[in-house]
Amino acid sequence: MKITLTTLAAALVATPLIAGEVAPASVTFGEYGEIEQSLTGQPGDPENGGLVMKNKSIGNCIACHQVSALSDQPFHGEIGPSLDGAGDRWEEADLRGIVANAKQMFPGTIMPAYYKTEGFTRPGNAYTGKAPEGDLDPLLTAQQIEDVVAFLVAQKEE
Amino acid sequence: MKFKALTAIAALVVAPGLALAQADDDNLVINGEIEAVTKTAAPAHMEDTGVDTIMSGWHFRSDETQALQMDDFDNPGMIFVDLGIEQWNKVEGEAGNSCASCHEGPESMEGVRAVYPKWNEDAGEVRTLAHQINACRTENMEAEPYKYTGGQMANMEALISSKSRGMPVNVAIDGPVAEVWERGKELYYTRTGQLELSCANCHEDNYGNMIRADHLSQGQINGFPTYRLKNAKLNTSHARFKGCVRDTRAETFTPGGPEFIALELYVASRGNGLSVEGPSVRN
Ligand code: HEC
Ligand code: HEC
Repeated sequence: MKITLTTLAAALVATPLIAGEVAPASVTFGEYGEIEQSLTGQPGDPENGGLVMKNKSIGNCIACHQVSALSDQPFHGEIGPSLDGAGDRWEEADLRGIVANAKQMFPGTIMPAYYKTEGFTRPGNAYTGKAPEGDLDPLLTAQQIEDVVAFLVAQKEE
Repeated sequence: MKFKALTAIAALVVAPGLALAQADDDNLVINGEIEAVTKTAAPAHMEDTGVDTIMSGWHFRSDETQALQMDDFDNPGMIFVDLGIEQWNKVEGEAGNSCASCHEGPESMEGVRAVYPKWNEDAGEVRTLAHQINACRTENMEAEPYKYTGGQMANMEALISSKSRGMPVNVAIDGPVAEVWERGKELYYTRTGQLELSCANCHEDNYGNMIRADHLSQGQINGFPTYRLKNAKLNTSHARFKGCVRDTRAETFTPGGPEFIALELYVASRGNGLSVEGPSVRN
């Protein structure tokens, strides 16, 4: 429990860009929407990636996806495909691209872009319903994206 | 990109059709006498949406929640209908009138809910039921308007809706309202907020699917106002719209404002043919 709380607290603080990180506007997508370069240059932590994915106020990925490895948290959604075996189906660069901005790989997808800060219609101040104060933060930090990618790479069925 | 990814995507293309299977086949009969139409053919204007059957949100709720709406003694929304009757008969404002002064009993409201929002010729505008209620208050009673999504408004809407229960929703979409209707349609398909989600993403493409612990319905408003077990009060449609837009991490629109009036007209028209159910019960 202690770990979860610390992670949560960390996520609530708007994080200035750390040296060596790729800013959302500077990300380079490949031909299919993949991102080859790590956003942080640091290896991701799959365990924290799992926490980000199941926490309702962070990634909330399981709102839409079923993930067997996260079944300690109930109520997985049915909007997107199951992420079991995602590491068999995709390269790391693809997964980074999908999590950062899935619309590059799947045009028109319902999946939100987690590493994007511009180009929205009526963006709000998180879930307050009010106008934003200043610049938007991406939904996930660069390190959280890398953590989630590390978690997904490890989802193997074969 | 690996080859298998393509199979995963191909499988997704068929998903929307499966959603149909997930609305149940129960029948809604209220008080053993009002047989509600809760599933019917989509109106002609929805031809391009891929939705061929429109369904009440009632079908997407649990048996227990559904049962609460089948008997007025169990329906918590009916308490607010009683409060609405008191408001109906209460003289307020400079003109010394109550609703009853002009309209006699609430029975005179039969059929009214089913055709709102509608064009008001004298005012030259599309009026929601809530706007009409407030127009009566300010013009005919010279009283203060109700707060647009407040409790007294919800009570009055519940009373008026209850007199149309079982009657088909039948809002006009052409003639003088056409422009507002088009604007509402545009809003319905606009992806708002940092999550970039439109009404259609959830309620057209994914009804029947679970989004975390919520079972997505078609987002119909034939059941409004709605008693929600979650907040234990009666909720108006604009309050619901506001909540759904907020959940896209967007700056919401103002309840009672031009955007939500247009959206209400459009969403109501997607329910043309379903029975009026208000006050309904949802979770
Ligand atoms: C609002 C719904 C939604 C949310 C939230 C969401 N996704 Fe998705 N995701 C989808 C859909 C739908 C697809 C399928 C792509 C398409 O639209 O064709 C998808 C596809 C994917 C894929 C490729 C799936 C495969 O196996 O082929 C991955 C990986 C993925 N999402 C990861 C995530 C992660 C990680 C998060 C959270 C950080 C997340 N998703 C949040 C809806 C969502
Ligand atoms: C992120 C998903 C999402 C989006 C986007 C969304 N909604 Fe909803 N909506 C829900 C959920 C979840 C519920 C509760 C379950 C249900 O009834 O579908 C709900 C419920 C509703 C209801 C109540 C239905 C009933 O029978 O009581 C209405 C009306 C509604 N939404 C309208 C809208 C409109 C209009 C928009 C766009 C402005 C919208 N929603 C956008 C998720 C969403």
